[in-house]
Amino acid sequence: MKASSYYHSQKLVPYVFVLPFLISIAVFYVYPIIGTIIMSFQQVVPGQTHFIGLANYKRVISSDFLTALKNSSIYTLLTILILVPGPIILAVLLSKGPSHMNNALRAAFFIPSLVSVVVAGTLFRLMFAANGKAVVNAMLAWFGLKPVDWILGGARQAMFLMVLVAVWRWTGVNIIYFLAGLQAIPEDLYDAAAIDGAGPLNKFFHITLPLLRPTIIFVTTISIFGGFAMFEESYVLWQGVSPNNFGLTIVWLIYQKGFQLGDMGTASAIGLVLMVIVFTLSLSVLNLFGFFKREE
Amino acid sequence: MRTRGFVAIFATILKYLCLIVLAVSFIFPILALVTASFRPGRDLLRYGITFKSIIPDSLDPKNFVALVKSRDGIYLTWFKNSLFLTILQTVLSLFFSSFVGYGLAKYHFRGRNTIFVIVLFVMMVPLQILMLPLYKLTAALGIMNTYLGVLLPFIVSPFAIFFFRQYAIGIPNDFIDAGRVDGLGEFRIFFKLITPLMAPAYGAMAILLAQQSWNNFLWPLIVMRTGNMFTLPIGLNSLLTPYGNNYDMLIAGSCAASIPIIIVFFFFQRYFISGLSAGGIKE
Repeated sequence: MKASSYYHSQKLVPYVFVLPFLISIAVFYVYPIIGTIIMSFQQVVPGQTHFIGLANYKRVISSDFLTALKNSSIYTLLTILILVPGPIILAVLLSKGPSHMNNALRAAFFIPSLVSVVVAGTLFRLMFAANGKAVVNAMLAWFGLKPVDWILGGARQAMFLMVLVAVWRWTGVNIIYFLAGLQAIPEDLYDAAAIDGAGPLNKFFHITLPLLRPTIIFVTTISIFGGFAMFEESYVLWQGVSPNNFGLTIVWLIYQKGFQLGDMGTASAIGLVLMVIVFTLSLSVLNLFGFFKREE
Repeated sequence: MRTRGFVAIFATILKYLCLIVLAVSFIFPILALVTASFRPGRDLLRYGITFKSIIPDSLDPKNFVALVKSRDGIYLTWFKNSLFLTILQTVLSLFFSSFVGYGLAKYHFRGRNTIFVIVLFVMMVPLQILMLPLYKLTAALGIMNTYLGVLLPFIVSPFAIFFFRQYAIGIPNDFIDAGRVDGLGEFRIFFKLITPLMAPAYGAMAILLAQQSWNNFLWPLIVMRTGNMFTLPIGLNSLLTPYGNNYDMLIAGSCAASIPIIIVFFFFQRYFISGLSAGGIKE
């Protein structure tokens, strides 16, 4: 408490420190959020914008929106189911052993995340091209399987491709988060468990997993944000036009309505619905993990 | 005991065998990209990436020559735009975010908790839904199609503020008190004493922020209207027309666009895990 009198004598300084944040939040977050809310009740036409009540929200419940919502939800669920357990196991395997080897492997998993979405999308388009010569279909042929039209063949193939790109790009990042989380677990816990005769699996389920909980919560939450915000992967995979809306996601729909069709009102309404969905989901997940229970 | 030793060695070999196979499959698409960039674009357009393009019989650098020469070297302009924006955005973002994060961590003042809650709240808002009003704002400010228009809204990153705050909390107050005893002002303390202590945090965030900025897609797609202002992702995307014959440029350009950020990664890599673990995701 002695130090705190120092801080109080400096009344102005702390506000100078947080000033850049306050300004940028006010201008670039609060103002746009209010703008989005207002626009969602308006017919936005240059020069003659006017309020139309809930009409935009009625327009939200269209078949396109339901398709987009379904795609985004399945995508988010699948990416979480793969991109949480997978990287945990990999991080545990990479946390012990020869460090040069582990560093090289870690870098190999991480490098795909450095590649731009546009590059990743192009790359997967070309590897998963529909003809029999393209590399993935050529591999299928080794097993006597027919070439698959990955891009335009159907909703399942499309979802497979989107999730695959996500797994390729994000496994390495999540490994890093979990490795960082693992570093925070005290080594003596494992030593004590070893004395009690616990095997590796026992240690994993009774020490590693429970103590990784903060990181698991963190990764799951950012995966919900990321999953529902997905746009660029499918935009690039389908080069901006997805037949039958195989690759349509909610944010793509917002982009389509707002910037390509000029219907900013409906786009804003969809955006706010998305925000409510993401908030509700992430708060329920946090609640499920007991994040709001004080542990003292 | 002896058989147990053998089992352990066998298990280790098996573990690394599996890990190496998996790691190679992660790297495989990148290698395919590199070799494909030496192949004729029309083959890629027609067949995609084939085993023939992965193990080419000859390497022809003409795609890379085309990259520099075609359309008056517009690729180099995109590259320059991306480089300039990434460096500026990363440096500014590191500066402001660490500044704010430190202020939130080390000072007690009215409204501090409220501000921190706002930081967390803002982290949750999907940025994409702000694009429409931001677009109107950018247009009203007259900074469409400019570097400033791309940079300005995202200079202060809530995620980075959160991260730097967590990191700064771990720095003992003794350092700050010692600075005050030596008669340093509050800002000198931050710049002289604290910033060097946060080096690992800067390293970790430099990778993440540079990656985000270099690969940023949606916002520059909205702000940049003319070809000479495009960044690499937007420029490459503009080559992706279903009927286009730009695959020479697209594939070599994708390859060349990935190199700088991979260099940044290897440069800061040693800070990466230590920086992330000391801050960020601990509660």
